[in-house]
Amino acid sequence: MHISTPITLNMSNLTLYTTRALIILDSDGNRLIAKYYTRGSTQQSYKTPKEQATFEKDLFAKTRKSNSEVILYDGQTVLFKYVSDVYFYLVGDPEENELLLGSVLNGFVEAVSILLKHNVDKRSVLDNLDMIVLALDETIDDGIALESDPNVIASHVSKRGTDTIDVSLSNINEQTLMDAYKQAKERFNLALLR
Amino acid sequence: MSWKKDEDTDELGALMHLDRSTVLQEARVFNETPIRPRQSRILLAKIIFLLYRGESMSTTEATELFFSITKLFQSKDMSLRQMVYLAIKELSTISEDVIMVTSSLMKDMQPKSEVTYRANAIRALCKIVDPSMLPGIERFLKAAIVERSPSIASAALVSSLHLFGDAKDVVRRWGNEVNEALNGKSLSQGSSFFGASANQNQVVSTSNIVQYHAMGLLYAIRQHDRMAVLKLVQTFSGQNKGSWMGGSGATLRSNMAHVLLIRYAVRVMEDDPSLAPQLSTLLEEWVRHRSDMVSLEAARAICHLKNVTSKQLTPAVNALQLFLSSPKATVRFAAIRTLNTLARTNPEAVQPCNVDMEGLITDSNRSVATFAITTLLKTGNEASVDRLMKQMQGFMTEISDEFKIIVAEAVRSLCRKFPGKHSLFLGFLSGVLRDEGGYEFKRSAIEAIVDLAKHVPECKETALAHLCEFIEDCEFTKLSVRVLHFLGEEGPHTARPTVYIRHIYNRVVLENAVVRAAAVNALAKFGASTVGDASLQRSVRVLLKRCLDDRDDEVRDRAAWALRMTGDENVRDKYIRDDSTFALAALERKLVEYCADPGAALKGSFNFDSVPRISRAQEVEARDRQRQETMDAVLTGTTLKAPTSSKTAAGKGDLSADATQDAGASSGFVDVFEQQAKYASQLNAIPELAAFGEQPLVSSQTPTALTEAETEYGVQCIKHIYSNHIVFQFDITNTIPEQVLEQVEVAMEPEEDIDGVLQPVVVVPISELKCDEPATAYVAFEHLDPETFPAVSFACTLKFIVKECDPATGEPEDDDDGFEDEYSLEATELNAGDFMQATYIPDSHALWESLGDSAQSVETFALSNFDSIKECTEKVVELLGMCPLEGALAPKSKAAHQAVLTGKWLGKSKTVARARMTYQKGAGVTMELAVRSEEPSVSELVVSAIA
Repeated sequence: MHISTPITLNMSNLTLYTTRALIILDSDGNRLIAKYYTRGSTQQSYKTPKEQATFEKDLFAKTRKSNSEVILYDGQTVLFKYVSDVYFYLVGDPEENELLLGSVLNGFVEAVSILLKHNVDKRSVLDNLDMIVLALDETIDDGIALESDPNVIASHVSKRGTDTIDVSLSNINEQTLMDAYKQAKERFNLALLR
Repeated sequence: MSWKKDEDTDELGALMHLDRSTVLQEARVFNETPIRPRQSRILLAKIIFLLYRGESMSTTEATELFFSITKLFQSKDMSLRQMVYLAIKELSTISEDVIMVTSSLMKDMQPKSEVTYRANAIRALCKIVDPSMLPGIERFLKAAIVERSPSIASAALVSSLHLFGDAKDVVRRWGNEVNEALNGKSLSQGSSFFGASANQNQVVSTSNIVQYHAMGLLYAIRQHDRMAVLKLVQTFSGQNKGSWMGGSGATLRSNMAHVLLIRYAVRVMEDDPSLAPQLSTLLEEWVRHRSDMVSLEAARAICHLKNVTSKQLTPAVNALQLFLSSPKATVRFAAIRTLNTLARTNPEAVQPCNVDMEGLITDSNRSVATFAITTLLKTGNEASVDRLMKQMQGFMTEISDEFKIIVAEAVRSLCRKFPGKHSLFLGFLSGVLRDEGGYEFKRSAIEAIVDLAKHVPECKETALAHLCEFIEDCEFTKLSVRVLHFLGEEGPHTARPTVYIRHIYNRVVLENAVVRAAAVNALAKFGASTVGDASLQRSVRVLLKRCLDDRDDEVRDRAAWALRMTGDENVRDKYIRDDSTFALAALERKLVEYCADPGAALKGSFNFDSVPRISRAQEVEARDRQRQETMDAVLTGTTLKAPTSSKTAAGKGDLSADATQDAGASSGFVDVFEQQAKYASQLNAIPELAAFGEQPLVSSQTPTALTEAETEYGVQCIKHIYSNHIVFQFDITNTIPEQVLEQVEVAMEPEEDIDGVLQPVVVVPISELKCDEPATAYVAFEHLDPETFPAVSFACTLKFIVKECDPATGEPEDDDDGFEDEYSLEATELNAGDFMQATYIPDSHALWESLGDSAQSVETFALSNFDSIKECTEKVVELLGMCPLEGALAPKSKAAHQAVLTGKWLGKSKTVARARMTYQKGAGVTMELAVRSEEPSVSELVVSAIA
């Protein structure tokens, strides 16, 4: 606890520390990435990887089938959002303003969407991990919401530079021509729909 | 992790199964010249991915990695550099010697660097910096805070806030800069929060989040300065037509900052109630803010206000009502959650939303639906119950067990509220019992029926019939036992007990040993009943005799015991019709103590007399309260904590609307035992006091305040009576943040002569008393003459050494030797009531008769200063320190009343007091107090306590 919270009757949070974790899971509930923030909160929950894994598993089980955006889970307010097969979760203080948390999560998810050219799925997230982690870093700084405007977040994330040798995160060499065609078609369709 | 086993055959598999050692191998790339920015960036991303995936890294590995990463500073590539910053931050907690990169980061945060460089360098630097190095970079940070670029300013503000915990002194010096950032003209003038301009080249922040960061930091710096916080709130209230205290007209462009402002305003109101009227007008105005986020926060703040009036609530509730029909689940959730909390204290205010909430019962978001139901239960009226039940019946089969439990609990509360609708509820509950469901759900349904049977006499027989039907085909042993126990309690008093005996005996024939044993106990209750005729008792005995041949020991034992007991009237009364029970918390503690003490068994067997007894009614009350807490916990999704919150829960026991005041008083009473257990462990922690005995015989029930509220120091006194000693416990609170008190003790001067009766022996001071950290001092007297019980008044003075301290850290200033000071307190009295332990004594009437006139002491008092009997009764209970029996505190007539009180003198001698009171307008209350005690001298002492 770095900032002493004064004793008040309503337990409202007078600090800027609002976020306890941001988690991205795939459609099977497996973690893609997760970042837990310990600063500023009185109870440092989910310290060990095991506790975190259990929490994520249970949370996913609770939320996978519902299309609602918010849940009270394990004493915390959790906002969540799905884009295709990627599940975004933002864990916040139980008494925090839900709409404030919502705007933070929304800012992050929209920024990711902009960065991935509106083609968010598990593959694109993994392919562009560098941008995802930077976007996360630009959205939340140790539990404090750093920015909630998706355009600003996206603009703060630098694009991959060039190298003499081209290496992609996923092994492009093994991609067949058919796959490449399929992917191109998908993106084209998406672009048309938009 | 489970997903490692996935049949992930596509090329993603390579990344998902990324291995730490492979990545560390690849880290050689960092050492290549020329640096390959793209490849390095990808590798860094992989490292961060590993960390975010939960992989752990050893300090050596991390340190090695960290140093190869520092080489990447040679590359000027921006895309690489940003990733380097992030990697440094992530590794800074694992690796050693991270301080090495300070100079590189310092270079990047210079004003001539690029914006992205600067913002990120500031954040990375503040992660690795040591508080002692802070003065060195202070100049840069101050400049960054007032920077025109929002991202740099935000980075500096947020980083300062992170540093604030460790380096309060330094950060506090930046108040002016932070203030400038808060009020400063930002580059952007965004119009709406979510409205985004798609132009990526000139991205302008629409969130104006710098203000949010600046406000948060400014508050952190000035939170202990009430005037400064007030000024902060005033500054931004100015936009409201400049109506209030000359606001400067500064504008808040960030909604998130506005949310903070509302919280600070509420804080100011709590600190200074005189400002409440203006501030609540302000809150009301903020409810109409165009942003949902702000509007919600303001509405919520109003709903949470203490002593809020319905006029103040109306705009807030209206706003929340609109939110209920929002297409966004989060908005609906936030609104219904707030209304749910409000309904606990102010159900009428929420009633206008009933129709909207009924629509939410089937909401796709389960949490919203749950909140809607539970809120409706609190606000609903008799007419809407039918509709509500019908709706619930409709979707019972579609919902999960967990949700069903909440519904069952809700129906249970409804039963209490509208006993007239019992047939509706019973139908519903028996219906759901027939459906599929898990143990927890069935249990709550059973409990609901049991509750109904207990509280609504008209439906008892129907309820029992439903329960009998249930146990005929019940897969849960525990529930069968529960139902059998209940049948045993209630069955004998019904018109046709034989019906239930048949059902119970069926269990003896068909079920497993545990259920059979429970059934035998239930039969025993029928056998012992005085209501049934002799033939019934004979048949029960025949049934019990058959049980003597059971395969199971326990069942046979119980049958034998039951047979023996039903034959003998005295034993029967003692075991089966006893209406009191041990205070379980106290019993548990005593048993633990007994087991922990190796010498205890030598001293004798466990002494049950030392355990306080409470009536069944009180026990039930305590259970109800626990249930209430569990219910609240289910609703808020928190796990149930230790019963620290029991006090507050007693205050908000709102669902049990029919709980009489009498019950309310006794529910507090059960707490007393827990409280005493706590005192005992506190006292035993101090060696001087532990020597007086294992635990005090009697402890005060409620602390007495020796200071006015809202003074510099708060002192409460609690008295503990030991067999030969008396201990005064003083709970002292220091409310001045600028002071630390040392060597705090209470000086007690007897106002009467106490020589030969009491002699001061021990004074336990508090060595250091910081602001808002209550501590306890003790004064102990030896009770020299155990035959006399003094009634003495002590003048008390608080003595201490004052030292100035830093209000933020609470550390005293080094060079301050402090000065001695005194603070006079109100007098403490010791009187007969303090020696009395308030205990419920079962069957007090019989005790009264058996003690007889010889043990009695009677006196009549004319108490002209009381205006009502109720007032008088309360005072008598307080003075005598005894436990009021049922109805004692709730006089039925205004003119005359009899109250019966029980207690144990010094925790030993049973004492009963009867107070007969008459009231005449003008003359006040006339009271005749008769006391009988096992110790005749006590009777007189108790009577003398009044006067």
